[in-house]
Amino acid sequence: MIGIVNYGAGNIFSLTAALDRLGLRYGMINSEAEFDLYEKIIIPGVGHAGTAMQKLSDTGLVPKIKSLNKPVLGICVGMQLLTEFSEEGNSQLLDIVPLKTLRFRELESKKVPHMGWNRVYSNSGQPLFNGIASGAYFYFVHSYFIEFNPNFTVAYCDYGIKFSAAIQNNNFYGVQFHPEKSGEAGETLLKNFANL
Amino acid sequence: MLSKRIIPCLDVKDGRTVKGVNFVDLRDAGDPVELAWQYSNQGADELVFLDITATHEKRKTTIEMVKAVARQVNIPFTIGGGISEIKDAEALLNAGADKISINSAAVRNPQLINDLAKAFGVQFVVLAVDTKHLPIGDFVHLNGGRIATEIETQKWIKEAEQRGAGEILLTSMDKDGTKSGFDNVLLKQINDLVSIPVIASGGAGSSEDFVDVFKLTDVDAALAASVFHYGEILIPELKALLKKEQIEIRL
Repeated sequence: MIGIVNYGAGNIFSLTAALDRLGLRYGMINSEAEFDLYEKIIIPGVGHAGTAMQKLSDTGLVPKIKSLNKPVLGICVGMQLLTEFSEEGNSQLLDIVPLKTLRFRELESKKVPHMGWNRVYSNSGQPLFNGIASGAYFYFVHSYFIEFNPNFTVAYCDYGIKFSAAIQNNNFYGVQFHPEKSGEAGETLLKNFANL
Repeated sequence: MLSKRIIPCLDVKDGRTVKGVNFVDLRDAGDPVELAWQYSNQGADELVFLDITATHEKRKTTIEMVKAVARQVNIPFTIGGGISEIKDAEALLNAGADKISINSAAVRNPQLINDLAKAFGVQFVVLAVDTKHLPIGDFVHLNGGRIATEIETQKWIKEAEQRGAGEILLTSMDKDGTKSGFDNVLLKQINDLVSIPVIASGGAGSSEDFVDVFKLTDVDAALAASVFHYGEILIPELKALLKKEQIEIRL
């Protein structure tokens, strides 16, 4: 069963709807003890990374999250929280993956936010991308991105600059796109996470 | 590369879709959920629902519809119509809408754009603009083009971007319903003016019109209603043509 960290950063209706469609069971995590009820953990998140970090800190769940050794998936801002720092509000984050979250600069006259379907190129043998072709399209909506780093980037995307579409450090995974809005590819990824 | 988006637009009244839709295998053409599901299966990249009778009394029906769509559909969708307060938008967000579009409420109260962007992020706020060409320039119109304003379209869009609109949905009232192609001149001008995504709307009559709008203006997305609903343009065929024309598209 999947536990969703409930810390008030954005709406999770679409995420739970996707899990329902896939027949994946889930529950909400509001306390430290509730982490033990689930085999997999999702950290959702939309909006401002600094605000989201503040809300997560306020729950008191941060030390527990950092100590987890079961699979954890951060989605969108939930992924950015795994990094050490975000330029959004110059915020210190969880520092579980030693990378930085940066703002898209208007390079090559690209538009910000990066909004829409873009290709995600995954490393071969990545369990999250099992059965998903490298170069498959996923749905993105974000103005900040996690820098590309071959040690932690397991799938990348290109938007004027190559950035991390998915990262991994041990049992911690993150995806910048919204799997719950990314058609079949997104649903496959959620199933893969559930099967880790 | 970011792909260009194809967006069917559905008009909704009292939680039911209106205007004829004649997909052969559709059981209930008025069911927004079934339609949304059909479009997403055909390869639509996103959906827009325009609530044409949105009032506070009817809001509850719309919320239920939004929830039903979010439960069933795995692509993003936008809800527009009758949103004039933060609490309207919040209810839609919590029901699973990915974006909301605002039009006349923003013209009456431009601060609404700032407030929505601050509360939910710019990515949630689509500014819909209905524009008409007049001898002295392009002007914003309200109520489906019936009421002219003295606001210049270009100036309004730039202001909205600065206030925190995350995307522009530009409908040319000169082109709407004519099936003579998108207003590529104006769309190019607007697209070059802003650094947020622009959705082209109004005038789609053939698949070639979509090729033209992407090639001539570089807008991010193109929206149409009747040509999709009546099956005059089939999304898989449209996307195959766009691909052949070297336009980045999700297949």
